Amino acid sequence: MNLALKDIQHNLGRFVLTTIGVGMLLMVVMGMAGIYRGVVEDATLLIDRIGADLWIVQHDTRGPFAEVSRVPTSLVHRARAVPGVTDSREFVYHTIQREREGKPFRLAVLGLSWPDDKGNWIPLVAGRPLAQNHFEMIADVSLGVRLGERLTLGKETYRVVGITRNMIGSGGDGIAFFTAADAEAIQFDASGEAVRLERSARTNRGLRSELVTKQPALIEQASKPSGELPAIARLQISAVMVRVAHGTSAAQVATTISGWSDVSVHTREEQAEFLLKGSVDKARRQLGLFRVLLTLIAAIIMALILYTLTLEKIHSIALLQLIGARKPVILGLILQQALLLGFGGYAIAYLLGQQMFPLFPRRVIVTGDDLLQLAVIVLAISVASSILGIWKALLVQPNEALG
Amino acid sequence: MIMRDSPAIEAIDLTKVYGQGNTEVVAMRNASMTVRHGEVVALLGPSGSGKSTFLTAVGLINPPTSGQIHIGGHFVLDGSHARTNLTAFRRRHVGFVFQKSNLIPFLNARENVQIALELNDASPRAARRRALELLDNLGVQDRSEHLPTMLSGGQQQRVAVARALANQPSILLADEPTAALDSVTGRQVMELFARVAHEHGTGVIVVTHDQRALSVFDTIYEMEDGVLSRQLKETVV
Repeated sequence: MNLALKDIQHNLGRFVLTTIGVGMLLMVVMGMAGIYRGVVEDATLLIDRIGADLWIVQHDTRGPFAEVSRVPTSLVHRARAVPGVTDSREFVYHTIQREREGKPFRLAVLGLSWPDDKGNWIPLVAGRPLAQNHFEMIADVSLGVRLGERLTLGKETYRVVGITRNMIGSGGDGIAFFTAADAEAIQFDASGEAVRLERSARTNRGLRSELVTKQPALIEQASKPSGELPAIARLQISAVMVRVAHGTSAAQVATTISGWSDVSVHTREEQAEFLLKGSVDKARRQLGLFRVLLTLIAAIIMALILYTLTLEKIHSIALLQLIGARKPVILGLILQQALLLGFGGYAIAYLLGQQMFPLFPRRVIVTGDDLLQLAVIVLAISVASSILGIWKALLVQPNEALG
Repeated sequence: MIMRDSPAIEAIDLTKVYGQGNTEVVAMRNASMTVRHGEVVALLGPSGSGKSTFLTAVGLINPPTSGQIHIGGHFVLDGSHARTNLTAFRRRHVGFVFQKSNLIPFLNARENVQIALELNDASPRAARRRALELLDNLGVQDRSEHLPTMLSGGQQQRVAVARALANQPSILLADEPTAALDSVTGRQVMELFARVAHEHGTGVIVVTHDQRALSVFDTIYEMEDGVLSRQLKETVV
């Protein structure tokens, strides 16, 4: 006769409610690991999917995923001239926040190097890749935009021509893909008044310049758009992505490019490492600590529950001892209930998690390894938390049944 | 193995002392009692006289400070020194019935009896069959699947007696078994002890205040201030 099951059967409602409570707590523990996996996956997903072997970034910076990086667009052509390089593309990446339907609307803007890159590598769940140089975009489904929807960003309106899934920036914002030119236009958009003031300031500076005194016709140039002025630098991009020829060592090409004193070059692995050791590392440690705390809390709560359950059974335990129950029978009663509580909670955590995790704003990726690890933790805390109850049970004397 | 030609229990010069020095209290002094197989013994006495101390001593729960206890021919306790594994011995040879709450609340009547058998290594199937036989024998088989809370006081005591008899003990100890019962049911329970003692050959010691059912007992002892003395039945009844 299994006394643990009989006792549970007798107090079924309470045991089920307790198990659900423990299960929800374990679901949070499980979710913490899943959130961490999601953060790592989201952070490195873009680097993995985009398929660049090398990243050329601003000198002495760690690239656009770690800090601000600005390089001239001409770098694309310089990189392409390096022996062993088959392809080089512009990389424009920044995060913006606008308002949409009265709510904050955050998106990571990624520029594709038109016409070489039309976004054919992006896994689409609906629509198509970009088909023209301007005013089209591909959006991650998490942004909540619809296929065919038109969005005004800056002075221009962009049509959603493709929908992708799980394309998330390291900050957790859904990515929207534009051509690099459109991405720059969105990034450097200025209001008409700001443009007018800039041109006016430029004219005033010109009037005080000795050059204009000698050549008065130059002042007419000051009010032209900045892009038409040869003396003003063109807009810059975040980085240049380089793909090396098959059979060529990326490290060898990187060595060549690293000889350029105006830029730095990083391999794909280094880029991923910068991300994981940067902002993601802090999130990882934070989530890890939180997970440890939750595990401890779960263990303490389970211990208290089992202790309370044992206290309620003191008279029964004394009676069992009186009629000659061996110690393993008493210990088994408590330990089995602890394990049933732990693994019942674990099963509930898994089932609830399957329903709840997809509703979380960020991806929650629960791997088999994480599930196994949590199962071992649950086993450990079930045994540990039953110790208090077992200790109490061992103090019970058979003559307590007489009272 | 119990030797039926030996007394069911033989307690010799049991003394129990609690505390020491200025706080020393002698709860039981040189108490001796012999109970034959099939004999029903009543133990009378006021509260605090040492009845429960004697009962827990011979029940191997609370060993005496000195004295000897033999059960079914086995020398079990020499003072506080156990000459065998007391838990195992108690499981096989001693049955208990108490005033109240002596059934495990999360087991039904049959399971309360069955558990005593299973703890003594009976197979679940055999234990179940034997439990039902005992409940039938004690007239509560129709309540076998009921939890203790769904049984009357008398039915609970019958189930407790069934459990106490499950492993065919040498000695059955009952502490105020009728205290929570009405007079009719109390009388029935006392008669039940007499019946099982005679039918099963079990020695029975019943601690009681209830003077109304003393006629069912073969022998009567009285305890006062820790001193045990045998009484003439005709004098007491």
